[in-house]
Amino acid sequence: MATEVLMPALSPTMEEGTLAKWLVKEGDTVSSGDILAEIETDKATMEFEAVDEGVMGKILVEAGTEGVKVNTPIAILVEEGEEVPAEGAKTKSAPAPATLNGEEGKVAAPATAAPAPDAPKPDTSPDWPEGTEMKTQTVREALRDAMAEEMRSMDEVFVMGEEVAEYQGAYKITQGLLDEFGARRVIDTPITEHGFAGIGVGAAFGGLRPIVEFMTFNFAMQAIDQIINSAAKTLYMSGGQMGCPIVFRGPNGAAARVGAQHSQCYAAWYSHIPGLKVAMPYSAADAKGLLKTAIRDPNPVIFLENEILYGRSFEVPDLDDFTVPFGKAKTWRKGSDVTIVSFGIGMTYALEAAEQLAGDGIEAEVIDLRTIRPMDTDAILASVMKTNRLVTVEEGFPQSSVGNYITSVVMEQAFDYLDAPVINLCGKDVPMPYAANLEKLALVTTDEVVEAVRKVTYR
Amino acid sequence: MAARKSTAKSNVSAEELLGYYKDMLLIRRFEEKAGQLYGMGLIGGFCHLYIGQEAVVVGLEATAKPDDKRITTYRDHGHMLACGMNPKGVMAELTGREGGLSKGKGGSMHMFSKEKHFYGGHGIVGANVPLGAGLAFSDMYKGNDNVTFTYFGDGAANQGQVYETYNMAMLWTLPVIFVIENNKYAMGTSVQRATKSPSLWERGAAYGIKGEEVDGMDVLAVKAAGEKAVAHCRAGKGPYILEIMTYRYRGHSMSDPAKYRTRDEVQKVRSERDAIEHVRDLLLQGKHATEDDLKEIDKEIKAVVNEAAEFSKESPEPALEELWTDIYA
Ligand SMILES: Cc1ncc(C[n+]2csc(CCOP(=O)(O)OP(=O)(O)O)c2C)c(N)n1
Ligand SMILES: [Mg+2]
Repeated sequence: MATEVLMPALSPTMEEGTLAKWLVKEGDTVSSGDILAEIETDKATMEFEAVDEGVMGKILVEAGTEGVKVNTPIAILVEEGEEVPAEGAKTKSAPAPATLNGEEGKVAAPATAAPAPDAPKPDTSPDWPEGTEMKTQTVREALRDAMAEEMRSMDEVFVMGEEVAEYQGAYKITQGLLDEFGARRVIDTPITEHGFAGIGVGAAFGGLRPIVEFMTFNFAMQAIDQIINSAAKTLYMSGGQMGCPIVFRGPNGAAARVGAQHSQCYAAWYSHIPGLKVAMPYSAADAKGLLKTAIRDPNPVIFLENEILYGRSFEVPDLDDFTVPFGKAKTWRKGSDVTIVSFGIGMTYALEAAEQLAGDGIEAEVIDLRTIRPMDTDAILASVMKTNRLVTVEEGFPQSSVGNYITSVVMEQAFDYLDAPVINLCGKDVPMPYAANLEKLALVTTDEVVEAVRKVTYR
Repeated sequence: MAARKSTAKSNVSAEELLGYYKDMLLIRRFEEKAGQLYGMGLIGGFCHLYIGQEAVVVGLEATAKPDDKRITTYRDHGHMLACGMNPKGVMAELTGREGGLSKGKGGSMHMFSKEKHFYGGHGIVGANVPLGAGLAFSDMYKGNDNVTFTYFGDGAANQGQVYETYNMAMLWTLPVIFVIENNKYAMGTSVQRATKSPSLWERGAAYGIKGEEVDGMDVLAVKAAGEKAVAHCRAGKGPYILEIMTYRYRGHSMSDPAKYRTRDEVQKVRSERDAIEHVRDLLLQGKHATEDDLKEIDKEIKAVVNEAAEFSKESPEPALEELWTDIYA
């Protein structure tokens, strides 16, 4: 039966093209792979190959014709000895493409677009039952305990990274793990972040639950392709088939006097990515409870620690299995005059500032996000609807910061409640300097938080 | 065309040979159809065809056991068909429909199957190499003897993460077979314009990894090399590299003006070294099949492919709510 040869789409964007030249004439025998014509697309001149075999029955579009729309019949191929069918007769022409555009329908608008006149009701339940026995622990110990507990309960959990095993961790977070779990599950890697991040992601695809330690998150930039393109996106690209339960953890942000390449906060970077979860604990209890949750989570989790906080002690509930859910902020201090939202080490400045301000009669409500993604925006909104003022505090750079995002949520959902412009306090917009005095200047400080609060409260 | 001698001896039965013929032909006909659907505007974006390279994946799949894993690049349709994934699901993913293997959300470059142990479908050149080693790591950790076939191109072989992976794969004796599908070009850049290394597999020697070059236009040679590599991996000796010399007949993707090679170069390989013609000749000359048998097979395969194409057109586009699903497990 005769087959219509249609004008092909030869690039992702081509809608029409020029039929520059025919390389066969009527009556020629063609076999699959032969070049039929040259076609100029928006980008280049391309050769157009025959897929079927037969005899060129009739050329419908002359060489040199411009603006030939994709899918227009340009020639008719017949079988050996077959007549070219008369115009209008039935040919085996490939059917016209089905409509590619979706039906006119509404895509669900993102939740943030709708105004929320009533204050949301965030989850304010306590993290542990009243009367729970507490113990004092450093953040470092809490992180180690979280890993050890989860490794005891799940064989699929293992730790890999530079110096995590024999050296006991560059920052001693994995201390003792090699002794308890052995070299099968506590694995020293060569210095090869891109490679071992990818191996970790592959192992997670294969059904394990890796904890990949980056000596610091500055070095994870070498691996960021695997974190984002492989770990975060695969579930979606596979239509929900291929999950990636993995934790990437390590110190993040400025330590002290280590210069520009070792002092960056990546909270905003990772929180940008759908498919990732991002936790950034401040206290030891949260470090422990969030890390256990991270290890159990079926999704890739970025777990941002802080070197300066590692040695700090906090009260940790003495429970067999203590976890902190993601997406639930913690209000460290209640107040009615202003809301301060922070996370990670930023909480140090937020809490100090709140103490100072209380001395002057300004009562700040201090919210620790704990996880940046998912973000407990309900907690922020409920608080801002009460205090009508907001200051955010973080160590990262100002442009496209976490605070910027919080501000946009508050603008969209609580604009009428604001009595002052929101202030986003961030690290300064400079690479981290080395000199002690300059470094101090580059970081966000308690004084800046106090000043910002005075500004938004006009006091 | 006179039958080429196979470059390696592999004990195959007539039945197996016929199986390879069918598997390779399915890939070719499927890809030709995909090319047509692309031309009709039914498939969008990037679409990288595997035509010419069929013997690579078919020869290696012949050495795999069901639980072995495989992972590849964006040039993935052939790998999926060869490991038994449903042609309808593959084609419907190409057209971006609900019936696609990724529900229309992955596209030509991103499909997966837990059931067939096919781990994608990856679009970042080189990135699937550590992922493949990680899959092998998971099997070693669990203590089974599965191997992972990790396919990548000659162009990908210049990515740094490949060598990071070689190093760790050997260090930890991971059961991974690195399959370099050397089709001579990375888009428009020939191997000679990308490296002075005389061969790609030999780079493994720097890490202590064994390997070899294989004639990728001869499915029996590929199978023989694959058997060796698989035995090496299963025996716990660590990774193995197969640099399989092959050729892609079509453009890199659909919008390739092909100015970097001559028409003659392509035609020469097609007419003298085509892997499917090779098996066809072996079948006919060995009297394992008649012309009529092969015509019948061709017809059957065309029917499978046409059915897949029909399905890919009829399957509806994904529901709009799908935009918001499968972001988190
Ligand atoms: C990291 C990265 N760089 C560039 C590209 C664009 N790109 C896609 S395929 C390709 C050529 C790869 O060639 P090769 O590895 O030989 O595989 P082949 O296409 O021949 O199968 C390039 C440069 C990409 N997808 N990813
Ligand atoms: Mg190539």
